Amino acid sequence: MEQHALRHLIHSVASAVIAHAEQLTALDQAIGDGDHGINMKRGCEAVLADLDRLAAHALPAALKATGTVLVMKVGGASGPLYGTLFMTMGKELPEAPSHADVVRAFGAAIEAVRKLGKSDAGQKTLLDVLLPVHAELAAGAQDFATRLPRRAAEAAEATVPMKAIRGRASFLGERSIGHMDPGARSAALMVAALCAALAPEDKP
Amino acid sequence: MSNVGIVIVSHSPKVAEGAADMVRQMVGDSVPLAWTGGNPEGGLGTDVARILEAIDHAWSEAGVAILVDLGGAETNSEMAVEMLDDIRRSRVVVCEAPVVEGAVIAATEASGGSPLADVRRVAEELSPA
Repeated sequence: MEQHALRHLIHSVASAVIAHAEQLTALDQAIGDGDHGINMKRGCEAVLADLDRLAAHALPAALKATGTVLVMKVGGASGPLYGTLFMTMGKELPEAPSHADVVRAFGAAIEAVRKLGKSDAGQKTLLDVLLPVHAELAAGAQDFATRLPRRAAEAAEATVPMKAIRGRASFLGERSIGHMDPGARSAALMVAALCAALAPEDKP
Repeated sequence: MSNVGIVIVSHSPKVAEGAADMVRQMVGDSVPLAWTGGNPEGGLGTDVARILEAIDHAWSEAGVAILVDLGGAETNSEMAVEMLDDIRRSRVVVCEAPVVEGAVIAATEASGGSPLADVRRVAEELSPA
């Protein structure tokens, strides 16, 4: 991937999260401790502040470096979880990945997140977006820029009736039902921003 | 010092410091001890960089037991352990135990020279199965 395209990609994803910080906070206030928006914003602002350095790397190293910034700066559980997602993608991807490479690397990254979070599908977490998006991506690359964000949005919506088992929301038990999981929402946001930046017609 | 070290990680620096005070009252200086709390901006949360510093500060050749409060403190502590070198990583555990009681009982066990596995076990016995 060319450097300006990589820069555009990182910038788009971080900016999308920052732009939705208040919404993420509102979702987290409903079922958690209300810091998801501000934490993710802090991490993404640190990524933007470091954008020149991050985008100077080839894709794998840039993903690893971005993940490390998130781990060190977010300050909540989402830092290590998203950080691990990006760091593992960076470890697994070659410099010029094929569709099959991306499917495999994304799968490995989700597995690493699942292990760190000791969580699984159906527990009202970001995994409930990442796993269906991975399945959708594995089904084929054609038209991904429309299909993946749609699948991500549906999957985030599907966390509303789920009961939280992990994280702060699990203390609420049944009362966590009826709200979208903030981590699922931030994952869907990132998928949408990533696809928009990678969409063929949107190439800078 | 060859006793197991104790690290206390809370979202709140006040909770972490208060728990550390209680540990010190029990075991004095016989156990290496460090605490950290708060996000990188000083608000409620946890910070991987400062957890790594705390592990370094409480380092013992016998290993380090980390006591944590809520979810993010656990995830960030596990991330910090992941980032240690191979030798240190094998000697650090994150205990599934209540942070205050766990820290006090783990430190008391450590002060008697118990190995890391025993320190962890007594702390985790406090948690409902």
